[in-house]
Amino acid sequence: MGELQLMKGNEALAEAAIRAGCKGYFGYPITPQSEILEYLSEHGPPRGMTVLQAESEVASINMVYGAAGAGARAMTSSSSPGISLMQEGLSYIACAELPCLIVNVNRGGPGLGTIQPSQGDYFQSTKGGGHGDYRLIVLAPSSVQEMASFVFEGFDLADRYRNPVLILADGALGQMMEKVTFPAYDPEEHRILKPWATDGARDGKERRIITSLHIQPEKMEELNLRLEAKYNLIREQEVRFELVEAADADILIVAYGLSARIAHRAVDLARERGINAGLLRPISLFPFPTEAIRALAERVRGVLVVEMNAGQMVEDVRLAVEGAVPVRWFGRMGGIVPSPDEVLQVIEQMDGAPQETVAEEVYQ
Amino acid sequence: MTSQISTMQTVDENLNCVYVKPDTLTDARLHYCPGCGHGVIHRVLMEVVDELGIREETVGVAPVGCAVFAYNYMDIDMQEAAHGRASAVATGVKRMLPHRYVFSYQGDGDLAAIGTAETIHTVNRGENILMIFVNNAIYGMTGGQMAPTTLLGMKTSTTPSGRISSGVGHPLKITELIALLPGAGYVTRQSVHTPNAVRKLKKALTRGFTMQREQQGTSFIEIVSNCPSGWKMNPLDSNRWLEENMLTVFPPGDLKTPSERKKES
Repeated sequence: MGELQLMKGNEALAEAAIRAGCKGYFGYPITPQSEILEYLSEHGPPRGMTVLQAESEVASINMVYGAAGAGARAMTSSSSPGISLMQEGLSYIACAELPCLIVNVNRGGPGLGTIQPSQGDYFQSTKGGGHGDYRLIVLAPSSVQEMASFVFEGFDLADRYRNPVLILADGALGQMMEKVTFPAYDPEEHRILKPWATDGARDGKERRIITSLHIQPEKMEELNLRLEAKYNLIREQEVRFELVEAADADILIVAYGLSARIAHRAVDLARERGINAGLLRPISLFPFPTEAIRALAERVRGVLVVEMNAGQMVEDVRLAVEGAVPVRWFGRMGGIVPSPDEVLQVIEQMDGAPQETVAEEVYQ
Repeated sequence: MTSQISTMQTVDENLNCVYVKPDTLTDARLHYCPGCGHGVIHRVLMEVVDELGIREETVGVAPVGCAVFAYNYMDIDMQEAAHGRASAVATGVKRMLPHRYVFSYQGDGDLAAIGTAETIHTVNRGENILMIFVNNAIYGMTGGQMAPTTLLGMKTSTTPSGRISSGVGHPLKITELIALLPGAGYVTRQSVHTPNAVRKLKKALTRGFTMQREQQGTSFIEIVSNCPSGWKMNPLDSNRWLEENMLTVFPPGDLKTPSERKKES
């Protein structure tokens, strides 16, 4: 059964990786996620995990390619600048359809930026990041519990779809301490056959090739179409979101990760003031809960997107809402975490504003 | 004697069989240019795999470069790596499958330019793999640009007047650098321009594989090869030019053997 522990987000995630049967971790130190590498360096090897501090994030992601291609559960973790370095490798991994887990404990950017929490990597995570047409399955935890739980779920999804899965957290979730319960999880029960893995062409098996090179355009397009079909299946099957007080909401907030926690508090404060606010928290950023947002948009007066970036997820929300109601954005950047009061102020403005005023703000 | 020799047995029962294509080389037609050393290297490599009886225990990693399609010819489990990352990919494979024979196969641009960091650190960790480094001093696949190992004075499409050290540096002797690293168990430089050189290469490759059984650190084999198309020579001239010019800068022979490594540690 589950065991209750008080843990840092990064450490809970690392512990979950061991329990999920991850056999290879390859990483490079970067704040604010170095605890993952440190925790695994201490606790991984005695429990059967290979833990290798690589010379760079570039090497790390390519080691993950090799390890995943050999049929093992493999992962890496980093923070924003390091994840940028991995984009080439991720594109190759997505094309070669290698199941693996990548963790981005997002910090503020662009550039070297700041080590404080941010959600500035939403575009990079959900729109490709590397070259070519591909998608990662992106899970966004908003608690230490989910930092752990999404590791198990992430590896299962990766194996099921032969697709890389990204856990997109942020510096605060990595560093904060909360209660966490590890589920009973036997990796053996979750093990699936990987007949495509290059582990030696034994027992009369056909030899296997793992590649992302399909030089004939017809073959490459065939692969592109197959990948798109897979992504569409993921869109159908794997949308995950949470609703808070959304059923009777007049104003719907859409926020993920740490922002969703802040927005949740702002919803409570608004309700205390008699404003019917509600929250939709996307848990899977790809696939995005487009339909759920679209359905709610028909019932609310306005939508507010709260993000710790300059307005990234708001683009997907506007695509979902399709102009049905005004969509407003509020966010902080540079490692600043918005306060529930700041969000409340925006909700109050939206609540008090006549319909036309809110609509104008959308297009500013 | 007929020139259409596929298997010697069909030619004349009285003749001795002197060459058969190794079983572990597929029937796919090589895409390499006529006279290119890659074909010979592929053949010798797969001969060694066959003779050691390790076909089913071997995983190869192909590079980006002329050998990008190596997996079409080598009938073993293979992974195709991103440019320069073959040794990192091979590290991932070997760490998950420590009892498999793992080799990477890279050219000079892949291993000694874009992949220099991965190369150095793979060897420095003493990854128990075989790294094969084919040095023909040019970027063949992209049409003959300067490589890190391009000789001084050598004309390429990006050094049209010949490479001069000012501005683009000297030919990089990465194998000499590799030999300095304690993680390297066996470092040698071979070539494929004569039958005798090919025989020596075969011995080196055999050693590179058997060392993995003995956990003796990274085996690093540089193979000085030709590029008739890139060098704009016919195959014979290219091999002559290789002997007279390449082997002066990149002299063949062992740079480090396991017994020397033991002395270091």
